[in-house]
Amino acid sequence: MTIDPNAKMPETQNGTEVYNTDPLTVKSHYEIDYIHSYAQDSEFFRALGKKKLMGSRCKKCGYKYATPRGHCMMCGAETEWFELPNEGKVHSFTTCYFGSEEFLPETPFNLVMVEFEGVDSLFMSRLIGASQEDIYVGMKVKAKFKRIQKFSPTDVYFVPAGDK
Amino acid sequence: MKDKSKNVYMVSGGVTKFAKATPEMDFRLRVKKAFDYAMDDINMPLSEIDGSVASYFSDHFQRQLMAGIMVQDYLGLTPKPSKRIEGGGATGGLAFQTGYEEIASGRMDTCAVFGFESMSHVNTWKGNEFIALASDTNFDYPVGGFYTGYYAMMAVRHMHEFGTTVEQLAKVSIKNHKNAKHNPYSQSPMDLTVDMVRNSPMVSYPLTRLDVCTMSDGAAVAILASEEKAFELTDHPVLIKSIGTGTDTMRLSDRPFGKVPLLPNEKESDYRDLKYPGIHSFRAGRTAAIEAYKGAGITDPLEELDVIELHDAYTSSEIQTYEDLGLCKYGEGGKFIEEGKSELNGKVAVNPSGGLLACGHPVGATGIMQSVFMFWQLQHTISKHFKDDYLQVNNAKRGLIHSHAGTGTYVTATVMEAV
Repeated sequence: MTIDPNAKMPETQNGTEVYNTDPLTVKSHYEIDYIHSYAQDSEFFRALGKKKLMGSRCKKCGYKYATPRGHCMMCGAETEWFELPNEGKVHSFTTCYFGSEEFLPETPFNLVMVEFEGVDSLFMSRLIGASQEDIYVGMKVKAKFKRIQKFSPTDVYFVPAGDK
Repeated sequence: MKDKSKNVYMVSGGVTKFAKATPEMDFRLRVKKAFDYAMDDINMPLSEIDGSVASYFSDHFQRQLMAGIMVQDYLGLTPKPSKRIEGGGATGGLAFQTGYEEIASGRMDTCAVFGFESMSHVNTWKGNEFIALASDTNFDYPVGGFYTGYYAMMAVRHMHEFGTTVEQLAKVSIKNHKNAKHNPYSQSPMDLTVDMVRNSPMVSYPLTRLDVCTMSDGAAVAILASEEKAFELTDHPVLIKSIGTGTDTMRLSDRPFGKVPLLPNEKESDYRDLKYPGIHSFRAGRTAAIEAYKGAGITDPLEELDVIELHDAYTSSEIQTYEDLGLCKYGEGGKFIEEGKSELNGKVAVNPSGGLLACGHPVGATGIMQSVFMFWQLQHTISKHFKDDYLQVNNAKRGLIHSHAGTGTYVTATVMEAV
């Protein structure tokens, strides 16, 4: 006999956090782990551990990308890896005093778009060792690499190259 | 491409008042309110709607997938056809154009385009994180993770390239917040000065809190119809004359340094030394404008457009967009606002509603909101809907709405005309 008119759902002691009663507003939590593959971009992240900044060069038209991509946006051909120079110039910059929740504890931080001699596209990175007033378009910067790799694009960052 | 399609009209519209948080209504009820306003305005029965397009950006904000069909269901439109359109900040503009296509193709005689976003479910900084996930998650999100930061770098480059000043940016904020004082639907109407804009908290240099739009809860609805049906439903439909759409690379870093795609009123010699678009200009915006102007036969946009509602998520992007739309040449956007040309009574009224800066930016609703405000401008019914005729642009005959995603990744431009 499995029919039981007196069946009862078990009660638990973990309550619900209520923010407001009218309208009734409750808190719900959401968290998830992603298994993220860098796929065709993998080499870029591996190379950062060897203190190398890798870009992509189109095998067909020769267009050079400072931020890697597996195929060329100009002609559609496959690209190959090449090592970028260690030094570049600030193409543009900002200092973020606020940010997304994930990066809020790191504020203020500087963002730069870096241009490299002879390379057709730019690279976005963090710049340390200079405050907002010190940064300018055209400023020479050099790449530095974290010792302990996190396999994030922030394993590389830039500092002033020390010129003026 | 355009020749065989049918004429498409907008016949009605509705908007909810955008606000930081409206927990007393969920997204379905918000759309229902805007939808009923639009339907009641022309006494249109539910049975007359052939289908719909749902416009909303992020599934993260509500953690409710298939929210579009839930609205369709709530409005009583099942089992009619519907689809969801998504394209970042340009979601509304793209959805509006999809509604246009449903009619132009002859598939539907009437189509309801409804847009909504409920951003108040998470705090502002988590919201910024969700929005930043609309940047390359391999190379951009982990470095910057903040859209205001990306736009700030574009603004800095625009300032470097063309001499645009922070005071010119502030003037956009002043104009749009001031206009909003006469728009009862706006979220943050106010009187500002350059000092107030510059002295508000710095978000990402050079953009302060008052250079940046807000997050909002809101909904907007546009009802579109074929020519035959439009004049049956209302004596004052507005013609959707032409549409244009452009795209650009997801990553700012990939933007090329080439030549400016020219509008009819420009010459190659205007831009001899300009490397385009780089990160100072929006190639997608220019591409959208070229297509929309071609469809509408516009050769001198400043002379031929009376009113514009454009995507001013940032004061800098309004200035950049003046140039993309050819209201002035590239590099002259800062001067354009400084000389008052985009003021309510200037050469062309830009964002008379207050724009995103002052109306708010509930992403999926925003592009539809622009269409509704434009519809009322071209119908000359602003006083009826705003209970105030201050913002009615005199002799408004032809207008353009402009919706913009990412760092200028999808951009739409749509030309509308009074009939």
